[in-house]
Amino acid sequence: MKTRDLSELAVRNLREAVLRNSLTTLGVAVGVASLVAMLSLGVGLQTLASQRLTRSGLFDAVFVTSQRNFRGPRPPAPADSASKKESRSLDEDARQQLSKLSNVTEVYPQIRFVTEVRYAGKSETTSVLGLPDSSRSSGAFEGMTGAYFSSPTADEAILQIEFAKVLTDQPPSLVGKDLTLRYAERAALSKDDGGDSFFPESMMGSATPGGISIVPREKTLRVVGVIESDPSAGIGGFGGARVYLPLKTAEQLHVAQPDDLQAFLSGNPAKPSYMALTVRVHSPKDVLQVETAIKQMGFATFSLLDATKSLRLVFTVFDLFLGLFGSLALTVASLGIINTLVMAILERRREIGILKALGATDRDVRSLFFAEAGAMGLFGGFFGVALGWLIGSALTWGTTIYLHKQNLPGVKISYIPWWLAVGAIVFAIAVSLLAGLYPAARAARLNPVEALRYE
Amino acid sequence: MPSAPTLLQAESVFREYRLGETVIRAVDDVSLAVEKGEFLALLGSSGSGKSTLLSMMAGLDRPTSGAIRVRDRNLAELEPDELARYRRETVGMVFQSFNLLPRMTLEENVELPLRLAEVDRHDRESRVAEALDRVRLGARRRHRPSELSGGEQQRGALARALVNRPAILFADEPTGNLDSVNGEQILLLLREFQDSLGMTIIMVTHERPLAQKFANRIALLSDGRLVSDGAQR
Repeated sequence: MKTRDLSELAVRNLREAVLRNSLTTLGVAVGVASLVAMLSLGVGLQTLASQRLTRSGLFDAVFVTSQRNFRGPRPPAPADSASKKESRSLDEDARQQLSKLSNVTEVYPQIRFVTEVRYAGKSETTSVLGLPDSSRSSGAFEGMTGAYFSSPTADEAILQIEFAKVLTDQPPSLVGKDLTLRYAERAALSKDDGGDSFFPESMMGSATPGGISIVPREKTLRVVGVIESDPSAGIGGFGGARVYLPLKTAEQLHVAQPDDLQAFLSGNPAKPSYMALTVRVHSPKDVLQVETAIKQMGFATFSLLDATKSLRLVFTVFDLFLGLFGSLALTVASLGIINTLVMAILERRREIGILKALGATDRDVRSLFFAEAGAMGLFGGFFGVALGWLIGSALTWGTTIYLHKQNLPGVKISYIPWWLAVGAIVFAIAVSLLAGLYPAARAARLNPVEALRYE
Repeated sequence: MPSAPTLLQAESVFREYRLGETVIRAVDDVSLAVEKGEFLALLGSSGSGKSTLLSMMAGLDRPTSGAIRVRDRNLAELEPDELARYRRETVGMVFQSFNLLPRMTLEENVELPLRLAEVDRHDRESRVAEALDRVRLGARRRHRPSELSGGEQQRGALARALVNRPAILFADEPTGNLDSVNGEQILLLLREFQDSLGMTIIMVTHERPLAQKFANRIALLSDGRLVSDGAQR
């Protein structure tokens, strides 16, 4: 029989026995849907977890300190040749060099200082932290009252709610209000500027080119947001501070830092060095390569690489379990398909006998049942993916409602990538054809005389 | 008057079935020759082996021993695909229970052998219409079997059997499910095909009067054996 006639007959048979075939197709669809829903949940959770973790800055960052810096996380005892190199100052040149390394997306210093904040006649001392612009997408500020900074150089501030409560009884009312920051500005002095030098020149000796001055300053900032949770992101992250400013705004303040003393003593106060720099990379997998390169430049580094390794292990086990559950759902679906097709063939014995009496070959009968099984797989696959998507959406919807009740932002926990949708349909067809293999062979082998006698 | 050439020849045909330890001989050493254009009635009571013999001659079953030759080819030795081709191109079949596919319309049922024979799509329509006109069911072509009377269904089955223009038409108790009026109509049609198309007809029946009225020749079977074989007219 020609392929077109075969297809027409198969579709016609499916259409005519609409209830039976719809139920069979539904069986395939439910099997595929359970598989798709399960895998979409796995993919969704994995995507969510990796997005959150990547955005948190924990796993795509290398924290760099100078080897002669006595503060901050200490590097392990130098063992390789790279770490035996002469230690370097973590200054602006080093920052530029680091930003030119491949796979590095951003290099920024940690600017954290203690300051006095004035608002409505109140004066409170608290810690301030500069936020890089990339923290906008970290997810830490989702659900915040107000908005994130309007630009990387805006004179704006975000307050942590506990601190906001100190300033007013109605923390949200602070959004849009101005507050004043009093801080100590640091400036380098030339030899000629001796007036308000931190150290008198007589104490510095002739090798010291100049000194530093520390001047009290004030800065007015507009409050744009009040955040409930501490947007902590671990070591070198945003945690611990009560007032947040855009990093560039914080840098422009030139607030005196503890390192200034070190820079001053090192004899080059005009060229400030950083306490620590955070180097962000494209993805966690780039951490090792970037970390190695930075060590070779003579700096000490720290990253949560070991933690990402553990994370990968967790995801691998998670995938394994999902695959296992998915396989169970699939096995049940396959058995359902085989059962339905075998039943269909038993019901159509007489029809097979008639076809054979009219001259159908074994191959014709086999192909017809195969085409019907394949078509059921195709439709079942499509419906299954749609149903799986609906189940996933319902789960996301339910989760979002629950999270909103907990005052948390909603998350998409189910995600169907294109490869999962296409794979599920192809898989449904393959399983249906496989399931149709035995019934079709059995149908083709039927003795026409016995089949015609069948009532 | 010279006799017509032999179209089908059964040579010492046996057909046995095994039922546990018991061997049942359904056809027992039957030999007969059917000439081209002949209307042969295989007459016999229930269990006489007539339907089994017909199934073997139609290529639906194979003899346990012996040979069935059609145009000098032994059906017993044909490969399954060759046997299917024989059923598709050389024979047409009509059954007692009509055996139209209930999900298809009458014209789709009639078209089915043409699909199996891979006849060109353009030719099919005219051949289906011609076959349905021959059995006077042109107006009912879009009806389903369930919407037709028993007589109409059997006429539809006849149209399906002749649409491939077979050389031999096998009819297994074609009037078994019909009243006498409809039964006679069917046999009149068979005679018409025999006369106008030169078709060879082999019919199984247990109704002697019908066989005597319409067939040229009656072969009587009893307990699987050919008891008598003689011309009618």
